[in-house]
Amino acid sequence: MENTILRMEHIYKEYPGVKALNDVAFSLRAGEIHALLGENGAGKSTLIKVLTGVESKNAGTIEMDGKEISPKRPVDAQNAGISTVYQEVNLCPDLSVAENVFIGRELRKGMRIDWKRIHEKTRELLKDFGLSINVEERLDNYSVAVQQMIAIARAVDVKAKVLILDEPTSSLSAQEVKRLFDIMRMLRERGMGIIFVTHFLDQVYEVSDRITVLRNGTYIGTYDADKLPMIELVGKMIGKDYESLEAIPKLSGDRENVEELLRIENGTTGAITDISLSIGRGEVTGFSGLLGSGRSETARLIFGADRMTSGRTVMEGKEESIRNPLDAILHDIAFCPEDRKKEGIVGDLTIRENIVIALQSKRGVLHKISRKEADEIAERLIKELAIKTPSADQKIKNLSGGNQQKVLLARWLATDPKLLILDEPTRGIDVGAKAEIQKIVVELAKKGMSCVFISSELEEMERCCSKMFVLRNKKIVGELYGEEISQSAIMRLIAGEENV
Amino acid sequence: MKTRKSLKIENISLIIACILFVCMFIAGSAVYDHFGSAATFLNLFNDNAYLIVVAVGITFVLLTGGIDISVSSVVAFTCVFSAYLLEKGWSAVIVIPLVLAVGLFNGFLIGYCVQEYRIQPFIITLASQFLLRGMCAVVSTISIPIDNAFYKEAALNKISFKFGRTNAKLYIYVFLALCIVFLAYYILKYTRFGRTVYAIGSNELSAGYMGLNVKWVKIGVYMISSFCAALGGIIFSFYTLAGYSLQNMGMELDAISSAVIGGTLLTGGVGNVLGSVVGVLIQGVIQTIVTYQNLNAWWTRVTIAALLCLFIILQRFISIRADKQKGKG
Amino acid sequence: MKKLTQKMEFKPFCVLVAIILICGVISGGDFFKITIVEGHFYGRLIDILRNGSRYAILAAGMTMALGTGGTDISVGSVMAIAGAIACSIVDGRILGGLNGNVFVAVLIALLAGALCGAWNGFMIAKLKVQPMVATMILLTAGRGIAQLIADGKIVTITSEAYYNISGGYILGLPVPMFIAVGVVILFLLLTRSTAFGIQVEAIGVNPGSSRLAGIKVERNLWIIYILCGITAALAGLIESAGIKGADCNNCGLMIEMDGILAVAIGGTSLAGGRFSIISSVIGALIVQTISTTIYAFGVAPELTRVAKAVIVIVVCLIQSQAFLTQVKKIRIGKAGKKEAPAV
Repeated sequence: MENTILRMEHIYKEYPGVKALNDVAFSLRAGEIHALLGENGAGKSTLIKVLTGVESKNAGTIEMDGKEISPKRPVDAQNAGISTVYQEVNLCPDLSVAENVFIGRELRKGMRIDWKRIHEKTRELLKDFGLSINVEERLDNYSVAVQQMIAIARAVDVKAKVLILDEPTSSLSAQEVKRLFDIMRMLRERGMGIIFVTHFLDQVYEVSDRITVLRNGTYIGTYDADKLPMIELVGKMIGKDYESLEAIPKLSGDRENVEELLRIENGTTGAITDISLSIGRGEVTGFSGLLGSGRSETARLIFGADRMTSGRTVMEGKEESIRNPLDAILHDIAFCPEDRKKEGIVGDLTIRENIVIALQSKRGVLHKISRKEADEIAERLIKELAIKTPSADQKIKNLSGGNQQKVLLARWLATDPKLLILDEPTRGIDVGAKAEIQKIVVELAKKGMSCVFISSELEEMERCCSKMFVLRNKKIVGELYGEEISQSAIMRLIAGEENV
Repeated sequence: MKTRKSLKIENISLIIACILFVCMFIAGSAVYDHFGSAATFLNLFNDNAYLIVVAVGITFVLLTGGIDISVSSVVAFTCVFSAYLLEKGWSAVIVIPLVLAVGLFNGFLIGYCVQEYRIQPFIITLASQFLLRGMCAVVSTISIPIDNAFYKEAALNKISFKFGRTNAKLYIYVFLALCIVFLAYYILKYTRFGRTVYAIGSNELSAGYMGLNVKWVKIGVYMISSFCAALGGIIFSFYTLAGYSLQNMGMELDAISSAVIGGTLLTGGVGNVLGSVVGVLIQGVIQTIVTYQNLNAWWTRVTIAALLCLFIILQRFISIRADKQKGKG
Repeated sequence: MKKLTQKMEFKPFCVLVAIILICGVISGGDFFKITIVEGHFYGRLIDILRNGSRYAILAAGMTMALGTGGTDISVGSVMAIAGAIACSIVDGRILGGLNGNVFVAVLIALLAGALCGAWNGFMIAKLKVQPMVATMILLTAGRGIAQLIADGKIVTITSEAYYNISGGYILGLPVPMFIAVGVVILFLLLTRSTAFGIQVEAIGVNPGSSRLAGIKVERNLWIIYILCGITAALAGLIESAGIKGADCNNCGLMIEMDGILAVAIGGTSLAGGRFSIISSVIGALIVQTISTTIYAFGVAPELTRVAKAVIVIVVCLIQSQAFLTQVKKIRIGKAGKKEAPAV
């Protein structure tokens, strides 16, 4: 019971079709850095969302300093002393830096906001973070890394007892990460409790005092960091599921004898410049890198989702012009985007309509796919991919994440593509569905389809890919083949230590 | 790290608007006799005081990324309803607070439907526009003259200025409008409410995560917009001393284009009320020129619409360029 | 049978039948009386069909615009422009070389409507201006343009051929009805026998996903707003033929609300997504029936406008998930028991 400030017990949270949290417990002491770990979909983000009032729990108790709280909105959590930095920067790009730090608790002089003092205070505060920037400038004139630091500065400055950092390091450079850790230690000295969510395990060991592991929505345990070797930690995070996944037969990556399907030469869009790469037939090619490293942007470039401003696309030896998604589809390329909700599913339409929509575009608007044919295609793919649904007439938004993802996969398989690009196809779906999707990808590749596979989980990448491009700072920094692909090799490239 | 104050979108747009105003005024002065005088300039305020108030109100809504097209009907309803009540012998002391309260209530209903029931702002404000316009006609289909002593007093009181030999005058109600402008400027710049308005327009989700009271501020902006429209209506009834159910048709376009010309982004988050005032003045100049040229009054509308299109296109280009620079940097 | 009740058109159709029956009962049977004079049918129902066809034509175009999650409130002004152009040409005030050829006048008016639609499409698809704002510009400026074409006057014309657009009869039935049926059939062919309809729905639900699924979002938006412009022009021609001239001040004034009302009553979500043109046409007939009946009872037309606005708000509230949940909560609180969850 030593000075525990936050205690969560028996937390349950259910989304339609998914048990996101199943009897989860978590406690935090004052003056500790507590790492919250688990694979994607383990329930980390959901737990944070429940704690900060973004989502409401179905059952369970949350206690702060012995008093029960039930935050319904972010503001409730903040008033209770819980301050959060979310993974995606949650600030207002149109406001000034200083304002982003202070809005909601402005310094006042009488009735009015005292801008002068706010600017001064912000300058001081950011100096602690090693930032000397113009605090009156609009926020979106600064890089994502700087914005991330500003978000942390904002969170720290609130008189908070609990600070939650959700993947704060994913867009920071090594040096910036070091500075962040110094700040975290400083805050720990001041008696703040910090919840640190990350998937970089060495970072966990660098700063954390205790570790709590979640897996598949359930609580696995809480451990002292210095008494839990990393290998054991990985075991706890992956658990038994690891064995069931292991069953995927690996493709042999071959550097020489692969026929080229598609080549990008000096591809440039608004987001990335000068990317050149080649994708072989029947290979699973991985794009690895941190969030914001350019892996998704590269995929979007190939598909024409972001317009290529210069560069060449060569497909099967012929130069092709792919200016928009429809061009790509007509050239037998398919793309499952990262943001399933925003760019993937068409929520209010039925599963059948979602499945045939891309094939329809491919055939052209005048050649409507008959209801009979659509039924056949949908039935076939629902069976093939084992999509769990009562009928093809269900709205896709009523399915679970994993099944939605399978419908998207079905949508593209219906077009019979030569190249299938999957950007984070396994994010936020349960482990069973995850394994199935991985298996499908490898099997498709065996049948001669080329796949591009993007995932934040190196372990998954290692398992599926026969060739790998590693990206850092919007550049390709390395290529790995077959047996060379290992988590440590990828990590070295990501960290920028090619020569080690 | 070296930083330099970059030109903001709102500033570019505002500067262009100011230059445009000055050019048009000078051009008008060069072409027409009696145009280039202080009297003409002050008359821009006299004739458009009501529009200034309405434009200021609508700027709040636009800054959150919403829209309110019910303002013209609120103005008309305020005029007709107050004219009707005054004709019935009610005192101005009761009538004015009453119509202002009606405006506030209308804004509250709109805001509540937008925020709590997620009805798109344009549908609900369109419905409100019809409702109030219909109510105008229900009250009276013919124009009702206002014969109230207080209204007459307010309508005719003015301050005269002497500039050399010419005499220029400014009506009292203009000062009321200018007070509103000042108040709005202050609220937007120096209060949490005002800053939250910008935060919502910039990124509503973030604003919520930052613990700002998104719900009430969003309802509040519609209340402000509607309240300002009602106040604009009162000023308009000072100006015309009558209430007619079909007046100010399409005035919402004038108000919105004032804000946009003055640098407010329709997507929200960027802009300020001073720009909206410049926008109103530009429209005033256009109207004056159309009058001097003895053209069909509809030319004003068409020109304003064209100008609005021009500024929307301008904003698109500026924001596209800004995005590109960010991509490179 | 079960399939029939699940159709989107079912509910509005029932409402229409109910309203007609109620009106019939209230009016004591007068309502259903149809007489034949000189081979033409006359009666309240025929009036509804004639006057309702304008709304039906408008609603057909508007449905698709609302289906994409957009809107077109400029239709009234486009009607005024089309009327002004057609009447001015027939009158010989502009393009005198045509000698007032009615056919060419109609064609040019429709073309002008398409042009207006293309302008809206340009603003919305290319410049990404909110549909509301883009069409509002044309709403206010368009009436000005119409005034400038007609030179601020009410243009009255004398042309039997032109009158027939509104007042003529084919097989004893009014011409506007045939125009409306023609438009609806064309639109049904466009949306049902090609994939255009489903693509529009996809855009309305999720434009981002639609683009990545290979749908040409921009091109489809252009097409929809051009069609909206053409339907508005058609409605404008019928209206101006009805009053035998062009009255730019009042032609199609505030008709956008009726269009939206018809679509909303038809059950298309104003937030975009699933739409049904037939439902909207039924909605248009409901609106017209209500108007005609209220008018027949001698209620002031101003009140109709208020009533319509209230109906739109109510329909919006019923479509709002949040509102329904709130109502349900209150009901549960009162009754103290749970309702069966909706499937």
